[in-house]
Amino acid sequence: MNRQLTYGLLLCILMVVAPHADHLPLWVSALCGTLLAWRGYLAYTGNPLPGRWLLMLVTIAGVAGIAISFRSLFGREVGVTLLMLLATLKLMELHKARDAMVIVYLSCFIIITNFFYSQSIPTAIYLFATLIAIVTTWIQLQAQDMALKPRLRVAALLLLQAIPLMLILFVLFPRVEGPLWGLPQDAYSSSGLDDKMAPGSLSRLTLSEAIAFRVSYDDKVPQRDQMYWRGPVLWDFDGHTWTTGRSPYPVKPEFSNLDQDIGYTVTLEPHNKNWLFALDVPNRLSVPALVTFDFQVLRNKPVNTRIRYSAHSNMIYRANLQESQRELQRALRIPAQLNPRAQQLASEWRRDNADDAVIVRTALDYFNREGFQYTLEPPLLGINGVDEFLFTTREGFCEHYASAFVYLMRAADIPARVVTGYQGGEYNAIGNYYIVRQSDAHAWAEVWLKGQGWKRVDPTAAISPDRVERGLSEAVSDNAALPFMARNPPQWLRDLRLNWDTLANQWNQWVLGYDSERQFAFLRRMGMESITWQNIAINMLVAVGLMIAVFAAFMLRHLITRRPDKVQAAWLGFCQKLAKAGLPRSGHEGPLDYAARIAISRPELSRQLLDIASRYSTLRYGKAPDEQALREFLKRAATFKA
Amino acid sequence: MFATLRQKFRNWAYSRTTETGTVKLTQRRIFIIPTRQGFMMVFVLVLMLLGDINYNLSLGYVLTFLLTMMAVMSMLHAFRNLAHLEIRAGRANPVFSGETARFVFHFNNPGRLSRYQLCLFRTGESFWRGGQPVIEFDAPAMLDTEVTFPLAATQRGWLKTGRMTLYTKFPLGLFYCWSYLYFDTSCLVYPKPLDDAPLPAGNSPDGSGKRTVTGDEDFAGLRKYTPGDALPRIDWKAYARERGLQVKQFSTQLGEELWLDYAETPDRNEEERLSRMARWVLDAESQGLRYGMRLPNGELPTGSGIEHRDECLQRIALFNLPLTATNPEHKGQP
Repeated sequence: MNRQLTYGLLLCILMVVAPHADHLPLWVSALCGTLLAWRGYLAYTGNPLPGRWLLMLVTIAGVAGIAISFRSLFGREVGVTLLMLLATLKLMELHKARDAMVIVYLSCFIIITNFFYSQSIPTAIYLFATLIAIVTTWIQLQAQDMALKPRLRVAALLLLQAIPLMLILFVLFPRVEGPLWGLPQDAYSSSGLDDKMAPGSLSRLTLSEAIAFRVSYDDKVPQRDQMYWRGPVLWDFDGHTWTTGRSPYPVKPEFSNLDQDIGYTVTLEPHNKNWLFALDVPNRLSVPALVTFDFQVLRNKPVNTRIRYSAHSNMIYRANLQESQRELQRALRIPAQLNPRAQQLASEWRRDNADDAVIVRTALDYFNREGFQYTLEPPLLGINGVDEFLFTTREGFCEHYASAFVYLMRAADIPARVVTGYQGGEYNAIGNYYIVRQSDAHAWAEVWLKGQGWKRVDPTAAISPDRVERGLSEAVSDNAALPFMARNPPQWLRDLRLNWDTLANQWNQWVLGYDSERQFAFLRRMGMESITWQNIAINMLVAVGLMIAVFAAFMLRHLITRRPDKVQAAWLGFCQKLAKAGLPRSGHEGPLDYAARIAISRPELSRQLLDIASRYSTLRYGKAPDEQALREFLKRAATFKA
Repeated sequence: MFATLRQKFRNWAYSRTTETGTVKLTQRRIFIIPTRQGFMMVFVLVLMLLGDINYNLSLGYVLTFLLTMMAVMSMLHAFRNLAHLEIRAGRANPVFSGETARFVFHFNNPGRLSRYQLCLFRTGESFWRGGQPVIEFDAPAMLDTEVTFPLAATQRGWLKTGRMTLYTKFPLGLFYCWSYLYFDTSCLVYPKPLDDAPLPAGNSPDGSGKRTVTGDEDFAGLRKYTPGDALPRIDWKAYARERGLQVKQFSTQLGEELWLDYAETPDRNEEERLSRMARWVLDAESQGLRYGMRLPNGELPTGSGIEHRDECLQRIALFNLPLTATNPEHKGQP
């Protein structure tokens, strides 16, 4: 096996395996790296490849190791890890052309596994770089001795020609809605809100820069402090953690007195949970989804690909004026033996006031007055967490406030629940949409008041109005813990990021989100009338055929036009000079004969004549001319004077 | 069914008989089919497409379509790698039976694109079938590439290459693109000279044979240069004096004449007799004798020199052979 070819194959495998390095188990990354380095060393020194038994041993040990670290040999992660290991091991038994071919095919296939983890624009650029490397090596499989530069040129040409054809296929290839078969459990990664909340869970989430979703408003944009994106609603409290629990008798929600309709479109990043996000309270959705009894929007299957939906919400509403007794009972339940001081405080408020609304205001005043602080890094709390927070530490993040507030309300006999979701977002003026990140995660409360139904109360706003009005970075003083971008970066950096996000958003919408729906919409806009998949397929084949015909015409045109080469042109010029001097070449004469003939009539030139003629015939009919000789001939032929 | 299709294709593709002069590979003479690797590629692509659909990977579609289209375009590249090459057969110098004949072909690439990894072999014979090796070469842009095709000469007479296949799998090995070349070029094969066959002594009919030695001893004069003259014999001094290319001639004349007669060969077998004749001719020439030759189908007057020797050898090589050269044709020939 040619050494250069081995290096090429090594590079291919390295380029396709490298993006996986950060999510493979550390020891697998290390093993693959070692194998690649070893293989490179062997190729460099020309030492023989390791024996079959050693490879078998490493393979078995590797597979066993993977089986142990994943506790399984099935599933996507395991499959990808195995593929990485086997591809690098394949490099160790590179004997025949067939092995090299297998490696090339394998590396093409491995590229695709990287898309499980990332399909961003940089990944796409990397894809092209990888393909160039692979195709350049691929060509060397056919032409072992071809130099790198012409190989690169052919590879680049192939790739450049394939790009427009690929675009045609990409746009017109009939899209089938997957999946075709059941996907393994670990098929999708997830990050985002959970269906439970404990102290610290949200503040951890806000450290993430990841995008939760993007929103563009149709026309009216609500006030920032109205942008409450409702996620899971938490009912049950065990003294530490809030959970959604289960409602035994869910009923349909009832909204009345609706006003202030706002239309918007959400592009939701996959989070592997069923819920969609909507502003309170949703009244129409473009995708099939259920609005539950506690106003969550649920889909029948988890959101494991990026989806886009438009919705309308009413910012003014009365929700569930006639709430069922069972739900109200659920909204009052607290663990009786915990947090005695909080219960006592609530019962004092209840004793002084008959009106629920007044108690709510009292509680908010309490938070506002008693020196509570809003911080990302609150002290840890013990078993009577609410008491400690309310009377001792008085430092907390939104989940502490929401939790304590709902606890107080319930203790004061007012039905209440915790709502989690996202609040606010960053406006992107370039793309005219809002970016909602994980760092915008928020928790607030809802209380049920007679005659008003469920009403949103955000205790965080009582302590730190900036949080809801201007965002997290304005609200927390000790923002060192925040990710860099959630703090206040310089303006140019912020602009750069917004530009980039606009691009990424377009990419997501049009490239990654290009499904059959988008395809049909796009084709309709392009003026295609009857859109059936047969029609699309026919169009696709015709377009591809035409494009290939154009390429063929361009490629073969070069073959047909025949230009005299430099040597020929210089020789013809030389003959012309002699013809002008009255010594034309007759058709049958070869260069040497011609020179010999006229040398007789022009003896003073014979030396030059014979020299040029013999140089010409060497260049023209001899083997492999060298550059030096070529240049010398061209110079002499050009400077010749008859 | 596949076999009959193949047979039909061959009947059609082989219908072209031998060609002379320059052959240009037009698209009518170039065939192309996918290779086994090509089919493997299709399998890999289908697998990838299923993955894309199942996991809804948009970039996966991009990758799959890019590879598909590169594979399709590689067909055009393979075709272009052969198309419009101009091929002509050069001379093949005579060899003795048992030696290797070297057929020379000129591949002229008039275009500005280099052709890579062209392969040439005798149709029906190929490397893995235990036949002659495949000759691999590149044809750089705007150059005439000379390719030597070796072929073992086993029989006296005219040796022909027969139908040749020129193919390429460049650039990706997914398509096999080929064309048939059937040049009317032949190489004269002399009988293998016997190792030990003393010259017939003193049998000159007139007894006054002349022995001519063309050696380096005596300078006999200058003559005009003709192509093919050995370079050391060119009179460079004269050339420097601007008298044109002149070739020095040397010769010495001794006196003896020798007749080589087929009837006098002691062997019974015709091939052995001819082998002996070949040895005689070589020896007579190397000893600088003037010699003539008698074969049952005629005689050649005495003479000497390389040209005379070659004429003798040619007579011997072609003795008693049908006029058209026999060359075992390969199966599939109509």
